[in-house]
Amino acid sequence: MPLTAEALAERLQDTLGDLIANLTVALDEVTLEVDAANLMEAATQLRDAPELRFDTLIDLCGIDYLDYREGGESRFKDGLRFAAVIHLLSVRRNQRVRVRVFAPDTALPVVPSVHTLWPAANWYERECFDLFGIVFEGHPDMRRILTDYGFIGYPFRKDFPISGHVEMRYDPEQRRVIYQPVSIEPREVTPRIVRDESYGAGRV
Amino acid sequence: MELAVSEIRNYTLNFGPQHPAAHGVLRLVLEMDGEVIERADPHIGLLHRGTEKLAEHKTFVQAMPYMDRLDYVSMMCNEHAYVLATEKLLGVEVPLRAQYIRVMFDEITRILNHLLWIGAHALDVGAMTMFLYAFREREDLMDMYEAVTGARLHAAYYRPGGVYRDLPDTMAQYDTVNRSSEKARRLNENRQGSLLDYIEDFTRRFPGYCDDYETLLTDNRIWKQRLVGIGVVDPDRAKALGFTGPMLRGSGVAWDLRKMQPYEVYDRMDFEIPVGRTGDSYDRYLVRMEEMRQSNRIIQQCVNWLRVNPGLVMTDNAKIGPPLREAMKSNMESLIHHFKLFTEGMYVPEGEAYAAVEHPKGEFGIYMVSDGANKPYRMKIRAPGFAHLQALDEMAKGHMLADAVAIIGTMDIVFGEIDR
Repeated sequence: MPLTAEALAERLQDTLGDLIANLTVALDEVTLEVDAANLMEAATQLRDAPELRFDTLIDLCGIDYLDYREGGESRFKDGLRFAAVIHLLSVRRNQRVRVRVFAPDTALPVVPSVHTLWPAANWYERECFDLFGIVFEGHPDMRRILTDYGFIGYPFRKDFPISGHVEMRYDPEQRRVIYQPVSIEPREVTPRIVRDESYGAGRV
Repeated sequence: MELAVSEIRNYTLNFGPQHPAAHGVLRLVLEMDGEVIERADPHIGLLHRGTEKLAEHKTFVQAMPYMDRLDYVSMMCNEHAYVLATEKLLGVEVPLRAQYIRVMFDEITRILNHLLWIGAHALDVGAMTMFLYAFREREDLMDMYEAVTGARLHAAYYRPGGVYRDLPDTMAQYDTVNRSSEKARRLNENRQGSLLDYIEDFTRRFPGYCDDYETLLTDNRIWKQRLVGIGVVDPDRAKALGFTGPMLRGSGVAWDLRKMQPYEVYDRMDFEIPVGRTGDSYDRYLVRMEEMRQSNRIIQQCVNWLRVNPGLVMTDNAKIGPPLREAMKSNMESLIHHFKLFTEGMYVPEGEAYAAVEHPKGEFGIYMVSDGANKPYRMKIRAPGFAHLQALDEMAKGHMLADAVAIIGTMDIVFGEIDR
């Protein structure tokens, strides 16, 4: 049987100690926050400590906290915008953990690369760089991966419009494919609404 | 004639994106030394549609059909991860009958996926017949999809809180417009009862079909020459490379989320996990063949349970599941709930959740971040094929060009999920 989330959190606290910036347990999942400067040390522990043994990197992705709760009160409202979130799995111990690392500088977000610990991180970090512009220090091959050759901008950032900036079409006069500014009018059928906690309370 | 050493050099070969063995839109840049691959650099993203970004601009229910378009040969398994992540955030209980229906359709989907894989893989390696046989059975499975959802591929059947509707009592019949009445009668023979009867009939026939496939391939000399010892990955390396599903089990690691971290009613099912030994393409073939037989067993168990246990298939929480049509016509409360659900959508409490399912290709996960709105704040899709394709360079190094095709085949690559 796998450990409960609380027991795993305790074990992480014992092993990593001061390296942890924040440790939360919610919905049976353990979320660990570490500073970018401590990431390599913490990640090495997570992989190699005998009671943790997170041998598989399941996922690595970026998050842009720009509009979180539409600027309302939240714990992500301290100016740090970009984070990389790593999901680790231990096949041996049958447990999971989520590691969040905020990039200290928003203008040029940089986070250390973990590809030396888990080779699977290679493409995930490239994807994160491609879509969010988070640079992974020490990555051997920081190329774009999903977007088009010669794409400009970081499309998954919250300030990047969903229609993009340019569209592509065939121009019969020039007899080649050209790029031009988008002609799509932005529209939103269902508006995005954030309700307060107490909304609808007392009604069934 | 004398050949200067400097004249012998590696050359670069561009493979795809329009190549029948590239399984869609894979572009490979191969550095070749004669016919031996020195380096393989896959260029992906040619099918990138920005699903994750699109989902941020749709309500939780509207974003669900995007899931079908990820791995477009195992539609309902993708939906399953999405609804699990949403339900985890909502904290909603799913009716037992809906859980059984989901498990049954997950396994139907697994067979659907593996049949396409074996067909395409065999075709790549040079066996034409497999493809035709596999598509004959896929037809039956897609009829099941059609009976329950109305769509053969993009089902949009699962919903946060349950499934869209209960299983139908009748099956669509073949007509006699373009065929003789004798042929129509023959085609309709197993469609006389309910969907469950039709599925049960299939599960009785399917083990025989699996035997047919194995007769064609398992001891086939050419098949073995093309697969044995190709793309070997040892267990520790497989874990480091992020392998999951049959790719990991082929290397000898007995890891299956259905057993290790059971979701829905998998803990009530009786089935085995096949595991390979050598970690080569042939072992992965054997693992997937056995998985189809095991899926068939699970489907039978679900059919038996569903026959005798009628009940709700959608949660009765009015903030999540739509009200019944009749209630909506007579009850003001239900009308309001219906209106709110289909204009604004449901509100998902602030938080983050990761939910994963044992998808036919490996671990398919959804990492969902909600800030308390009616739309996801961020949704990340963890696609198994992304990690597998990443290892192509390592697996293909030192092999011949023709083996690269076999390795792409053994990975079960579908670009819908890799490029997202």
